[in-house]
Amino acid sequence: MPPQTLFEKIWDAHLVHDEPEQPSIIYIDLHLVHEVTSAQAFDGLRMADRPVRRTDLTIATADHNTPTWELTRPVVDEISIKQLEALTKNCEEFGVTLYDRFSPYQGIVHIIGPDLGYTQPGKTVVCGDSHTATHGALGAFAIGIGTSEVEHVLATQTLRQFKPNTMEVRINGELPAGVSPKDVILGIIGRIGVNGGVGHVIEYTGEAIRSMSMDGRMTVCNMSIEGGARAGMVAPDQTTFDYLRGRRFAPQGKDFDEAVEGWKTLPTDQGAKFDRLVEIESSSLEPFVTWGINPGMVIPVTSRVPDPASYSDPNEREVAERALQYMGLEPDTPMEEVKIDRVFIGACTNARLEDLRAAAEVVKGKKAHPDVYSMVVPGSALIKQQAEEEGLDRIFTDAGFDWRVAGCSMCLGMNPDILEVGQRCASTSNRNFENRQGKGGRTHLVSPAMAAAAGIAGHFVDIREWS
Amino acid sequence: MDPFVKLTGVAAPLDRVNVDTDQIIPAVHLKSIERTGFGKHLFEPWRFNANGSPVPDFVLNKPAYSNASVLVAGRNFGCGSSREHAPWALSDYGIKCVIAPSFADIFFSNCFQNGLLPLALPEEQVREILDHATANPGVELTVDLEGQRVWSEDEKISITFEVDSARRHALLNGLDNIGLTLEHEDKISAFESSRGL
Repeated sequence: MPPQTLFEKIWDAHLVHDEPEQPSIIYIDLHLVHEVTSAQAFDGLRMADRPVRRTDLTIATADHNTPTWELTRPVVDEISIKQLEALTKNCEEFGVTLYDRFSPYQGIVHIIGPDLGYTQPGKTVVCGDSHTATHGALGAFAIGIGTSEVEHVLATQTLRQFKPNTMEVRINGELPAGVSPKDVILGIIGRIGVNGGVGHVIEYTGEAIRSMSMDGRMTVCNMSIEGGARAGMVAPDQTTFDYLRGRRFAPQGKDFDEAVEGWKTLPTDQGAKFDRLVEIESSSLEPFVTWGINPGMVIPVTSRVPDPASYSDPNEREVAERALQYMGLEPDTPMEEVKIDRVFIGACTNARLEDLRAAAEVVKGKKAHPDVYSMVVPGSALIKQQAEEEGLDRIFTDAGFDWRVAGCSMCLGMNPDILEVGQRCASTSNRNFENRQGKGGRTHLVSPAMAAAAGIAGHFVDIREWS
Repeated sequence: MDPFVKLTGVAAPLDRVNVDTDQIIPAVHLKSIERTGFGKHLFEPWRFNANGSPVPDFVLNKPAYSNASVLVAGRNFGCGSSREHAPWALSDYGIKCVIAPSFADIFFSNCFQNGLLPLALPEEQVREILDHATANPGVELTVDLEGQRVWSEDEKISITFEVDSARRHALLNGLDNIGLTLEHEDKISAFESSRGL
């Protein structure tokens, strides 16, 4: 058998039906469901009188709409209430396990999958959400799908897909101090562009990825879609196995050891070919911050806001001008002089325990800048509990940062956590599109440590100089 | 699903690259549990001021383009979220075909599930259509998926294209993917037994 990539091995192992010039039918091992992209899919099942084929492979949670205020305070938005109630009703009617707002297992769908041990190496994972790539960090093939495909998976436990191309993104060398996984993925997107990965599944390789924790790998894979990629993956290794051992829904005891033996066969074979290769030297990576209206508009925090006049391509110049106008930034302003109004530490990109620890370390013993409102939103109820056991919540609240309950929060502007018009936010989320965090809001994507430091200083700072 | 065979309608030029799903339909409008009613929020951040009044310069607010059924845009259209509400909003507004040099993967696939044709053409041809639609407000384009050609009523534009045969067949016939897959249900069951699932 010719050498294969990690992706190809998983793809081949899940082929149910294949015929020339038609999309392949692949089996789905894990289907994660949330309230925003599922209601119309369940309606479709109902209209066609179809059941959910595999309720045992389907897990639902409520995360996008849920407020992050205390659980005793009810949801007030009437349309949100309807959508949340629809999820509850659909899960009851079709027999799907639901971790609702009050469940100890509730959380952002891409955080609870790995955290509870549902996501495992070699699995195919889908969810009606573009950040499903997060799960690829465990060596799974995980893709975001639309609502019609959600219905298709509910009904058939399969997905019709044309086989994507493969792309290796190799990060050579150890990461310099102060450079986080978020900076790695921002650096990659800055390099390949926001459509650089279209039609491809990325496998992240190289020393920097190998020595990265699972939480860090998930941050990198999470933003694969921001580079346009269909999915992002990291080959499973001892770090992956150590992470999964003992997790609630992972195989237990002897079954786990047997599973590990299988998972060890997954990494890309020596000599396997990718359709594309992008190589990046770790030494070229720095703490990054986005200056514009997509994640490819990114620069080192130590540099200045780009000057559109310096762009040779007139189209690119116009795009940059529009971006600066929206962001309310003047060309050539040092990024470290840009003042902020808000800090958001959270989202499926950066709301895991390691992210919260990194932010807490920066904040510890300091006071929030008086002009900045900062909120910290753990990714799941379990992570919230663990963070509180470590005393991280106290570090944040002592500094004047708000400590919230788990949810998607201010990542996407569809729950009560939003920016006001013109507010500037240092955010650990994944998208700095116009109006993403609230109409007229201005988003700068950064790492958790950089966001935390900005909340103290009132402006962006180079985290390598932080003391 | 409604089939897409041939369409004649006004082409609206939206000369921007990386049009993302948050502009097509902001998340705040994704709370509805229906498939319809999203058209009124299509491109809301660009189409309406904060007080709800229309932004006069936005292409769909110009009388010549307001009943457009073809949208012509820059590369990487539909990037961002997996929200199928994006094609639902376009379709609900009346736009049944988007022409661009390239599309984001999930948006591209979502369109085909909803009888909406995302037509990827070479950059210079898209430029030609953009310029033509800008210079001739209200000009109509015909997009013929069966004959795989797009042309303007004055024939100044005449472009042949090729859409992948499986997707084209499904769109022309308005096929139900779930029904198609369930024709292979025996194979799904066999796969499950072989894997002990």
